[in-house]
Order: sequence, then C-alpha cells, then structure tokens
Amino acid sequence: MTSADLSFAKHQADTLFRRKRLIGFGVPAVILAYFAYIVFAFDLPGLAQRANLDNAVTLASDSWSHKVHVTRDNRSGAITYAFEGERKGTYPDGQRPDWVSGDEVITINLGAGHLVRYLPGNRTEIDVPGFPLIKVQAEGRSLTSNLPEDLPKWISASNRRIAVNTPEGRITLTGARSEVFKYFPGWELFWFTLDSPYHGQSLTQILFGAQIDPARGNITGALSDFWNNPMWRHKDVAWAIGETILMAFLGTMGAAMIALPLAFLAAKRFSPIMLLRGTTRRLFDFLRGVDALIWTVVLARAFGPGPLTGALAILITDTGTFGKIFSEALENVDQKQIEGVVSTGAKPLQRYRFGVIPQVVPVLLAQILYFLESNTRSATIIGAITGGGIGLMLTQAIQTQKDWEEVAYYITLIVVMVMFMDWASGWLRGKLIGRKD
Amino acid sequence: MADFSLSGAPHSVDDIQSSYMAQVQRRRLYGGLTLLIFVVLMVSGFNVADARNAGGFWDGLRRIFDYPADVLSEAWEKRADLPGLMAKYFPALVETLNIAAVSTLIGALGGLILSLLGTRGLAKWPRLIPVFRRTSDIMRAVPEIVIALMLIFVLGGGPVPAMIAIAIHTAGALGKMFSEVAENADLKPLEGLASTGATWAQRMWLGILPQVAPNYLSYALLRFEINIRASAILGFVGAGGLGYELRNAMAWGPGRFDEAAAIFILLFGTIVFFDQLSSRYRNRLTEGQGQ
Repeated sequence: MTSADLSFAKHQADTLFRRKRLIGFGVPAVILAYFAYIVFAFDLPGLAQRANLDNAVTLASDSWSHKVHVTRDNRSGAITYAFEGERKGTYPDGQRPDWVSGDEVITINLGAGHLVRYLPGNRTEIDVPGFPLIKVQAEGRSLTSNLPEDLPKWISASNRRIAVNTPEGRITLTGARSEVFKYFPGWELFWFTLDSPYHGQSLTQILFGAQIDPARGNITGALSDFWNNPMWRHKDVAWAIGETILMAFLGTMGAAMIALPLAFLAAKRFSPIMLLRGTTRRLFDFLRGVDALIWTVVLARAFGPGPLTGALAILITDTGTFGKIFSEALENVDQKQIEGVVSTGAKPLQRYRFGVIPQVVPVLLAQILYFLESNTRSATIIGAITGGGIGLMLTQAIQTQKDWEEVAYYITLIVVMVMFMDWASGWLRGKLIGRKD
Repeated sequence: MADFSLSGAPHSVDDIQSSYMAQVQRRRLYGGLTLLIFVVLMVSGFNVADARNAGGFWDGLRRIFDYPADVLSEAWEKRADLPGLMAKYFPALVETLNIAAVSTLIGALGGLILSLLGTRGLAKWPRLIPVFRRTSDIMRAVPEIVIALMLIFVLGGGPVPAMIAIAIHTAGALGKMFSEVAENADLKPLEGLASTGATWAQRMWLGILPQVAPNYLSYALLRFEINIRASAILGFVGAGGLGYELRNAMAWGPGRFDEAAAIFILLFGTIVFFDQLSSRYRNRLTEGQGQ
C-alpha cells in the first residue's frame, strides 16, 4: 500500500522534475535559437557594411559643437563668413571673425600653427605643421596642386576636389569655391544672431548696463531678439512643444469624455441588453485594433497635417482603450454603495452620480493621467507622421542631416517635456486621489 | 438639566448644519471652478489646434470617410487580388513582429537588471539606486522615434534601428514596472539564501525571480502588444517592416489602394490577434498568482 503510494508520488515528482528541467533548458534554448534566426533575418553581418561610421562621428561631434565657414567664391572672388554656412548666420558686411586677417591675402588661422591663405588669382595655400606647404590653383572647374602622389590619410585629392582634414579644422577646395571650416565647442548663436545688437553682450550688460539699442529697452529688445532668433527659432520650438502637449491633452481628455458613457453600455452591470453590450465592446476592440498609425494616416487625409489631426488620432485610439479599462472598472464596483444610495430614493441618474462615479473616479483618474503622460510621447511620434508639433521639427532637422545641434536641442527638450508631464501627472494624481499605498 | 440639553441641542444642530452647508457650497464652488477651467482649456485648446491645423475640423469631418471609402471600394473591386497581396506583404509582417519580439526580449532583460539594481532592499550597490532609477526614467522618456531616426542615419534603414530604439524604451518602461513589483517581494528567501553564502546573482535568481515571474511575464506580454504597434509606426519613418510598406503603398495613391487595404487588414488582424492571445495568457498568469 504505502510503497505503491510512495512510488506513485515518486513518479509524479520525477515527471515534475523532468518537466522543470525541460523548461529550464528548453526556454533559454528556444530564445537562443530565435536570436540566431534573428541575426540572419535582420542581416546583422551585413550591418557592418551598411553602417556609416562617418555619419556617427558627424552626429556625435556636431551635436555639441559648431563650425564657422570661410568661403571664397572663385568666380566673383567674394569671401563670406558664416556660422554653419547658413545665410541666417552670416557675418554682416565689414565684420569677420578675429582669427581671419589680411586684405589682399586672406589668412585664416585655424590654430596650432595651421594656416590657410586665400591668395589673389584663386590660389590657395595650406600650411600644416610637419607637412610641406600645399599650394592649389583653381582654374575653371579643375584644380592643380603640388600634392605628391602618395598622400597621408587625412588628405584626399583629385583634379576636381581636394579635402584636407586636420584636428583644427577642415578645408575643401573645388574649382568653384574654396571653403575652410573651423570648429568650436558649444551651440552657435543660441541666444542672439549676429545681426542682433545684443550679440556678444554679457547678461549683466543687458540687464544693468547702458541702453544698447536706442530704439528699444534692453530687456524687451533682448527678449524679442532671443524669441525671434532665426537660427534656433525659439518661438516656433515653443509653439511646437505646446502643440505636442495640446495634442496629448485634447486627445486624452476627449477620449475619456467619450469613453465614460460608452463604458456604461459595455459593462454587464449597467447594460442588460446583450446585443448593445457586445456592439460597444466590439467597437472598442475595433478602435484599439486599428491602431494610432492607421488612424493617423486616415485622419491626415481628411484634416490635413497639424495638431488637430494628431489629437483626433489619439482620441479615437484611446477611446477604445479607455472604454475597455473603464468598463472593467465599472464591472468591479461595489453593489452595496449603490444599494445605499437607492435606499434614499435616488433616481437612476443620481444612482450613477453618487453610487458609482465616486467609486470609479480614482481608478479612472489614475488611468487618464497615466495616459496623458504616455500620450505626450505618442504625440511626438504621431506629429512626426502627420506633421505637427515637436515631432515634425525633429524629423525635419534629422532629415537635413546637418543640423545635429538642433537635433540635440530638440531631443533634450522632448525628454524634459516628457519627464515634466510624468512629474505633473504624478503630482496631479497625488493631489486628486492621494498617494497610492 | 433636561432644560439645558434641550436648549443647547437645536443650537448646535443649526451650527453643524450651517457649517455643513458652507462646506458643501465651498466644495461645489471648487468643483465648479475646476470644471470651468477644464472646459475653458478644452475649448480654447480645440480652437488653437483647429486654427493651427492645415484643414479645418468641420470641413474635415465631412471628408473623414472619403479616404476609407476610396480604399475600401477599390479593395472590393480587386478583392480577388487581396489574398495574393497579403501573401506578398506577409514577410513584412513577420519582420514587424520580429522587431517587436526581439526588442521585448532584450528590453525585458534590460528592465529586469535595471529593476533589480534600482529597488531598495535588492540592489547590489544601494548607493547607486538613484543612478539606475534615473537611467530607467530617461530611457523611458526618450520616444522611440528619436533613437530610431538617429540610428537610421548611422546604420541605414532596416529593422535594426527600430529594434534598438524599442528595446531601449522597453527596458526603461519595464524597469519601472518591474521595480514596483519587486518592491513588494518577500525578502525572507533572500536572507535564507544569503545565510548559505549565495552570491547576489544567485540570490536574485533563486530568491526573487520565482516570486515575481508571473507579474513580470504579464507585464512583458503587455509590452509585446504595445511594441507591435510601435514597430509598425517606426516602419513608417523608414525602419522596415509593415509600416514601411504601408508608407510606400500610400505614396502610390489611387490605383494601388488595394495594397494599402491589404496592409491595413494584415496590421489590424495581427494587432487584434496578439491582443487577444496576450490578454488570455495574462489573465491566466495573474489568476494563478491569486490562488
């Protein structure tokens, strides 16, 4: 008897152990096999070829530094000095950086003994310490130079284009133009552009010093020049952030307002008609299943690009999500409170208002606030697709593939915005329904 | 004696009633004010959004069904082609699912490590708890699209940038949720294990993971659902998979709407399927824990 029982128990324990062992080895094995499949499905070996490390270097260095271009147009002989080579960052006529000197012969001092000279007759001389003086003559579309056959890695040369990369700066010469880039740390012209009288003034001078611009007071003038900075577009960026938060706010709150009454229809407790209940639930499933991406695409066709489209896409998707969450919360309300309210002679609406709503409000508010934060992130992404808010500015900046300092700026702002919304929704949750636990 | 209490009682009831009414009134005032602010915010927000949108709300509302109707009618005309088109886009769907699955696996692993290192009582280096918490906060705060777009610039288009981007976000999001679960874990098994001289990794593996595994799995499944959607969206900005095909199909415009319709159907079906599947498993996991 007992021995039979024992052997049975042992048999059971053995099976259990065998199964556990199988899972213990099987699950990691399956995951490993899956990863091996992915390595080939995603073509990871080929990734090394497709990856462009130069791009990574540009991205990393440009995001925290900027360059000033000194450009000579070889046809007209005109020389321009511009931050990032942009027209918005061009030095006004008669002004130039202090590391450029000379009139007939323009000498550009890149630092550490690196000199570039623009000579008359479209000649250029590049003086790099430890390397013979490079002389280049531009004629029409071609270049002639004294460069030897075997070049070091930091020089690339053909008869059309010569590029010299030094740690102090970069020089690119073609028949049409000669360009020198000098790098500086930091974000250029972040506060004021060169045409603003406040450029180069210290904060104390602007706040307490003598009036700089005779037409305007210092503080108002400085604020307006900062706000309308054409390089960094602080005004547009602020609007874009506002649009993104607006999308999230309108979408989340609108969805909650639509979903609440519908949730009553979907909850078994409050909606005795099965057909109606089923229809509402399928509607929620449909709205959620179609997904924000498809809604965005469809709505963008009707409403055009902008924050409203994004808000509506969030609204429609979240109506489905909220409907599901709310109706689940409504299923779980305590019947006793409703009975208590009924015993005072409350009508159906009052029953909902005083018996049901107070029970579910904490759950609903917590969910709404959580979604408000998460939708700020969604709004950034949706904005990139439909064209509105900070998401659009970010994609545009990334697509130009050169304004990486602006990309870094936008990313910082996005992260700060999301963390702020996270904090604000947590704070509001604490105020409205008390800390949890 | 009786006289005193009789004369005192009505007075205090009046007092209580009037102070109660005053409180109710103040409450109503605050409630009304909050509601008013909310309504003003909604209305003005709507107006601002409407004004900054390319097309107006009321104008667009009439045209909202034009595009779906066009797509559906064209898809209906060419309904014989739909199965073939779906088969054509099936590999893209698999890629989208693969992106979601791999990034969920990697993200869950990262989230697990972040949560164990960032939870009081469990952390290997208690002084570094804030570091790991902030790390997971920041990973959570960066939208996937930011990392994806930058990686597309460096690595070129394809599934890998999307995978890395989603994995980073997932690690941050799961790190927070996992750590909330781990905070409530029973620490006694840890003490027992520590008394046998177990290392930190052994203590976590044998003492904590068995306790939190059902919840962790349930959260990871929920993330998988979310990540399918995210990976479709990232495809739209150039990271491969179904979203990328959708953007191309959309760019062709009328005449190729059947392709867009096939992709819509695939995406919708997949999302609904995995939602149902994961919600079933999640229910089972959390129920099993309740018993």
